Amino acid sequence: MNSPVDVGRPFRGRVFRYGDHVNTDVIFPGRYTYTKSSPEEVAPHALEDLDPTFAGRVRPGDVIVAGWNWGCGSSREQAAVCLRAAGVGAVIARSFGRIFYRNALNNGLLAIACPEAVEALEEGTEVEVDLEASVIRCGETAYEFSPFSPAVRSMIAAGGLIEQTKRRLAAV
Amino acid sequence: MTEVGRPADTARTFAQKALARASGHESVAVGEIVDARPDIALSHDNTAAIAEIWCQFGQQRVAIPERMAVTLDHAVPAPTVRHARNHAEVRAFVAEQGVVHFFEVGRGICHQVLSEEAVVLPGDLILGSDSHTPHFGWLGAFGAGVGRSEMAVIWATGELWLRVPESIRIRLEGALGEWVTTKDVALALIGDLGADGALYRGVEFEGPAIAGLSLDSRAALVNMMAEMGAKNAYMAPDEDVFRYLAQRLLTRPGRRPGRGAKPGEASGEVAARLRERALYPDAGAEYVVEHLLDLSFVQPQVARPHQVDDTVDVGELESVRVDQAFIGTCTNGRLEDLGAVHRVMAGRRIAGGTRMVIVPASSEVWNEALARGWVTDLAAAGAVFGTPGCGPCMGNHLGVLAPGEVCISSANRNFQGRMGDRGSEIYLASPAVVAASAVAGRIVHPREVTE
Repeated sequence: MNSPVDVGRPFRGRVFRYGDHVNTDVIFPGRYTYTKSSPEEVAPHALEDLDPTFAGRVRPGDVIVAGWNWGCGSSREQAAVCLRAAGVGAVIARSFGRIFYRNALNNGLLAIACPEAVEALEEGTEVEVDLEASVIRCGETAYEFSPFSPAVRSMIAAGGLIEQTKRRLAAV
Repeated sequence: MTEVGRPADTARTFAQKALARASGHESVAVGEIVDARPDIALSHDNTAAIAEIWCQFGQQRVAIPERMAVTLDHAVPAPTVRHARNHAEVRAFVAEQGVVHFFEVGRGICHQVLSEEAVVLPGDLILGSDSHTPHFGWLGAFGAGVGRSEMAVIWATGELWLRVPESIRIRLEGALGEWVTTKDVALALIGDLGADGALYRGVEFEGPAIAGLSLDSRAALVNMMAEMGAKNAYMAPDEDVFRYLAQRLLTRPGRRPGRGAKPGEASGEVAARLRERALYPDAGAEYVVEHLLDLSFVQPQVARPHQVDDTVDVGELESVRVDQAFIGTCTNGRLEDLGAVHRVMAGRRIAGGTRMVIVPASSEVWNEALARGWVTDLAAAGAVFGTPGCGPCMGNHLGVLAPGEVCISSANRNFQGRMGDRGSEIYLASPAVVAASAVAGRIVHPREVTE
């Protein structure tokens, strides 16, 4: 397991490119869903059935760039947790499966819909992701994405949905 | 169903009406984010993992024990000690928290069981830590999947934010042909519109064909909309649905106020109350796109590995040898499905070199199949049976695949590695096509083995 990157500040990493309709079964196989849950347990299995070399190569701040409907299929939250725990800072895709999208943001993994960046970014390229400015930078080029809502930003700043809910319940 | 005279600009979709009710608003706009209070919060084998997250909130008691529904179904009976421990943790948690709706190993798959038990009612909002929660649209409920953390937050606070989705309307006309099922309709739709054809959106079925569909057939179609990316799916509930639920409520007393039958009440009175709860879209409601499908044009479909939208008419498929045939799941493990399998297989034998696993969706389905003699006939044909539950659908147990093996399955997903080794292949089809393929040893149209 790599230490998760602070996505609230601009971070840099390399691009890992994948295709369309990458489902949560190949991101985190179903055979582990009821026996492995913690970040330490799930990180080594990230993308196991899509790219068995991924977990050994990924470093903190790296980003996944993919096509349509990334994370479709099962609701398993480990699909987001394993990527985050493996060090991935953001998944940049044309679109996302809706439960994965929620799971990702709830766990502080940026899920960014940005077709222009997907079009342009190549495997191994180094990029910078800036949540505050809603921009992905690659060399001289900047790709803007739709800003996250204040509520989502504050949740990410709080450390995710669980940390945010703890504070909310403590405040009652 | 239509409200004559309602101005078009205030006409609302089912999704708008259901989320307005669940969030305590008079009306909500598409795109609005609401704090919704689910009537039912569903979880299954993942309950213990959710409980671990919930514990971080420091609460002694969950906020909504009467709204929680927990079913052990994904890996049952426990295949390993780790799974057994997980089940034990779930049992301890539901006992400690006084969870009202708890269903043990062998009762069946959560979506089927909560339907049979009339836990979910028309007009409800049900959120589940399971991606097939849109299933409950067959009862006229709004069902949507959420993550484990979100479920923990629902247990702690009783609510969760949801965006009111845009909706797609699909009008169904005509009637199903011989050997054609709503599984084929679902696969044809997904093949046409894509695995993301309804992403973030609601799917609302309407049209004259629905009245002619059995309840099991309706459930299969609505269930499969999860594979089109839908947030929820919906079919207008009719008298058949109200009768189904009313009968079940009458034999299950003690539900919380407003959700059960009163002592001595007649079935018709219960059905009338369910009718009042039901929500229907307004005429003139706005849909992002509307499709029309004539069921009589649909042919038996097969989805090829590894995408649900890679569909083809079974007659156009090249010859595919089959190692394993699987019947079951929340999509196609109901009585009607076992009936179709029986119709194809009774008096025949599974081909040499092919094996067949049948896992009924619930104990009710299993008991009825036993009572009708189907189990005996199918066992004689060479099929083996598993405990009611999810079976090998997601590769946990009860029929996982070796490298290079091919499975024809009545389930809902054919993703790479889902049922076992990543070098195995899954083809999806209706129960009748699966059964015929088991007999032929290769994927065929049911006609080929029955005529």
